Amino acid sequence: MNLVRAIAEEQLRKDIPDFRPGDTVRVHVKVREGQRERIQVFEGIVIRRRGSGISETYTVRKISYGVGVERTFPVHSPNIERIERTRRGKVRRAKLYYLRGLSGKAARIKEIR
Amino acid sequence: MKGILGRKLGMTQVFAEDGTVIPVTVIEAGPCIVLQKKQLESDGYEAVQIGFADKKPKRATKAEQGHAQKANTGAKKYVRELRGVNLAEYEVGQQLGPDVFAEGDVVDVIGTSKGKGYAGPIKRHNQSRGPMAHGSKYHRGVGSLGAIAPNRVFKGQTMAGRMGGERVTVQNLQVVRVDTERNLLLIKGAVPGPKNSFVTVRSAVKAGH
Repeated sequence: MNLVRAIAEEQLRKDIPDFRPGDTVRVHVKVREGQRERIQVFEGIVIRRRGSGISETYTVRKISYGVGVERTFPVHSPNIERIERTRRGKVRRAKLYYLRGLSGKAARIKEIR
Repeated sequence: MKGILGRKLGMTQVFAEDGTVIPVTVIEAGPCIVLQKKQLESDGYEAVQIGFADKKPKRATKAEQGHAQKANTGAKKYVRELRGVNLAEYEVGQQLGPDVFAEGDVVDVIGTSKGKGYAGPIKRHNQSRGPMAHGSKYHRGVGSLGAIAPNRVFKGQTMAGRMGGERVTVQNLQVVRVDTERNLLLIKGAVPGPKNSFVTVRSAVKAGH
């Protein structure tokens, strides 16, 4: 079991900032187009963080042209160039699925100062 | 045909170069010792016999010890033969590691599946369930046992019974990584058996597509 864990731990990234559900994050995703590689930023609210170790993932939700978009990323994915937390949110639960049913002003989250 | 014996350590995941997640089984492959070469003249067929995992001398029979002594090693817990090999490439006493395989090779993995005990036909043979309510008196039982005209039940009728704990081969799995330092093989997908069980990894029999 230790060797299995060792293999997983070798791939863990150490540059992941501390972020929680409710926080607003900017995820810099590497996008490959043929040979070229560029960075695309996906900014939104973290609505879920699940799993542990190498298999941990988080879901970011944003409203794009009036349509809700959710993307799930592995925390330790090498495809993420960088992730930055821009805002800390005050929330009382770990999974913010209720945001899916809210829109506009109601879908705001209070900031922790 | 190439092959090696090993121990299933468990599952995890690795990231491919393009960032996709690959589920892998970690197998401790080797070091294995070639114990014997079966020759056409003396044995009637060609194969190499390899052994993995040392057995306590106290637990080994004299025959096992003597057999292993010919390869200048101790008795092994897991001994298997590989057929269809080029005998010239092997020598008795030779040590084999996971580097017999390379990244991207397609392999078959043979192991003993987890025992499920006495299991019903739904779990054991993928039969369907009857209605659980509305006065149904037929829930998870075995269905029809066949026609009544023969006045008997034919052999091979699927019924409840012991499930698992048998030899299972999973074909055409891909080798994701070979770690010679720690004697590890990372194989894409699941392989039969519980953790710490012995498995045989050999090059795929039906590869070639």
